[in-house]
Amino acid sequence: MLTGLHLNHKSMLHRTGPLILVFGTALLLIIAFFIPHKPFGDLEARFLNWYAIISGFTFLLGLDSLARHHLIKIARREKGWFYSLLLVTSLFGTLFLGLYSWVRYASPFALNAPFMWLYKFMIIPLQATMFATLAFFIFSAAYRAFRVRNLAATLLLIAACLVMLGNVPIGSSIWGGISWLIHQIFPNTNLEILKRWELFAAAKDWLMAIPQAAAGRGIGIGLALGGIAMSLRIILGIERTYLSS
Amino acid sequence: MPIIGTIAIVASSLIAPPESLAVRDNPNDQGRAILISWVYPQTESIIGFRIFRACSLPDKFAALNSELIIGTEYLDSDTMLCDGVPYYYFIRVYSAYDSADSPVIGPVVSSAQWFNTDRFNVLVLAVIINGLFIFYLLRARRNTGMFIRKINGLDAIDEALGRATEMGKPVLFSFGLGYITDMVVIAALPILRRIASKTAQYAVRLIVPNSDPLVMTTAQETVKEAYTEAGRPDLYNQDNISFLTSDQFGYAAGVDGIILREKPGAIFWLGYFYAESLIMAETGHSIGAIQLAGTTETTQLPFFVAACDYTMIGEEIYAASCYLKPEPIMLGTIKGEDFIKFLLIILISLIVLLGTAARLLPNEAPFLNNLFGTIVNWFTPKS
Repeated sequence: MLTGLHLNHKSMLHRTGPLILVFGTALLLIIAFFIPHKPFGDLEARFLNWYAIISGFTFLLGLDSLARHHLIKIARREKGWFYSLLLVTSLFGTLFLGLYSWVRYASPFALNAPFMWLYKFMIIPLQATMFATLAFFIFSAAYRAFRVRNLAATLLLIAACLVMLGNVPIGSSIWGGISWLIHQIFPNTNLEILKRWELFAAAKDWLMAIPQAAAGRGIGIGLALGGIAMSLRIILGIERTYLSS
Repeated sequence: MPIIGTIAIVASSLIAPPESLAVRDNPNDQGRAILISWVYPQTESIIGFRIFRACSLPDKFAALNSELIIGTEYLDSDTMLCDGVPYYYFIRVYSAYDSADSPVIGPVVSSAQWFNTDRFNVLVLAVIINGLFIFYLLRARRNTGMFIRKINGLDAIDEALGRATEMGKPVLFSFGLGYITDMVVIAALPILRRIASKTAQYAVRLIVPNSDPLVMTTAQETVKEAYTEAGRPDLYNQDNISFLTSDQFGYAAGVDGIILREKPGAIFWLGYFYAESLIMAETGHSIGAIQLAGTTETTQLPFFVAACDYTMIGEEIYAASCYLKPEPIMLGTIKGEDFIKFLLIILISLIVLLGTAARLLPNEAPFLNNLFGTIVNWFTPKS
């Protein structure tokens, strides 16, 4: 009997408690959206502050997870342990330099602080390198996506070519050449009017404003409704996966 | 002659005071804000305005803005301003040589409002949409035979896991740069649970690199529960669900490193992704992994379509929990969603027809244009 009561109490605490909390919080935030008067008006900002405080503390969890994972790898001399050593050294080296710069220069981001040097000459170039590799990945993905396999892929290729030509200056130059060719074949056509027509730019504008926007809005409406349905399932306690149940 | 010259200079520097000065409580706010508006004086060479405020008329007026402002409106939301206190205002307009004051106006009192009228349209739509959802939820309790269409991306989960198992390779799951507050991350959790349950049954290693510690903790709990339910809690290793970094390209580099070292057989990209999506998905493709993606970030969808084997587009990821656990009450929300979509299609079509008719018949039926404008304005968010 006692065990049963204890289990019921635990279940209430672990399952029903969070659901009540979620329902109450959601209701308060919905009310706060429509009522600017206190105590509702600043509720969203207050909740966001609490979230920022909590997530700030959870970074310690992240640091613990990262450090433990790699320290174990180093201790066990697992495959690639040297990279783990490099990571742990960089992690604690950055932390040390940040603290030193804070104490010595009042801010880690002071212009002559060692932390700022590390940020400027190591972190930023590393990030830029990663971003730069995106260009190569776009090329390889585009190659596969635009291979002419069927009608849909062919239409995609034509649309992509028109959008690209409409976006870059060379598209305008190519159209200039085509206009000249048309003028040579049909001398009655006005070359200046033909050049001004800018087929690639016009096609790009039409593709982006009509078919692309229509598809994008369709997806957007679906996402918004899906989001509302999902929120409602969470608020009403139907969806409980975030509680691992 | 010198006297005439002096008069001419004075006359040219004369400046008209600002007209139609109006003060009112700033509408739809939390209070402690007063809106001051005026008409721009018809004088050339105006360099700006300064606003003055006093608590009562014999009081000394204090300037609110140290630098001159240009425009015809000023929101006084000074921290010293209190609700329920009467305030008086005047504004001073400056030209290069002169200045002129408007008459004093007031008293005006600021207050907080109990309803934001700018959001009335949102309230109406929220009541209609949520009402329909709740109606279908209640209907779903009685109806057990609801149908949900096939979602290829979700059906492919088993295929991908089977392939990874046959190849004896691990499985990688990423939430991207999503936070636990992102709906898409919550929507991806049931899929992670399903994957974890299968990997526990097949004894395949599941790796989940995270960019947010809160998401990491939730993922750890989800995977742990799934392993326990599958009867293999011994296989659960917390280190497989680890934190990498919250830095965007640092995370991409870290995930790329894991992919190249561990060579997973199946990769799931389900969550919130930015420019790093293609970097990671292309690396996954380069090692020959079967890849399944789903995100609500529409700008990244084309990259996933290009690089992955299966992509869940739009709201398909939100339907995952209903699809994987097809309980009537869960499916009720999908049914409600479809019905609202149907209503929206009708509504949008009618508005398009109205707008077209208004454009084609501007002289024959001018009221159509007004009606179209009113409807579009009603749907436009104000604040």
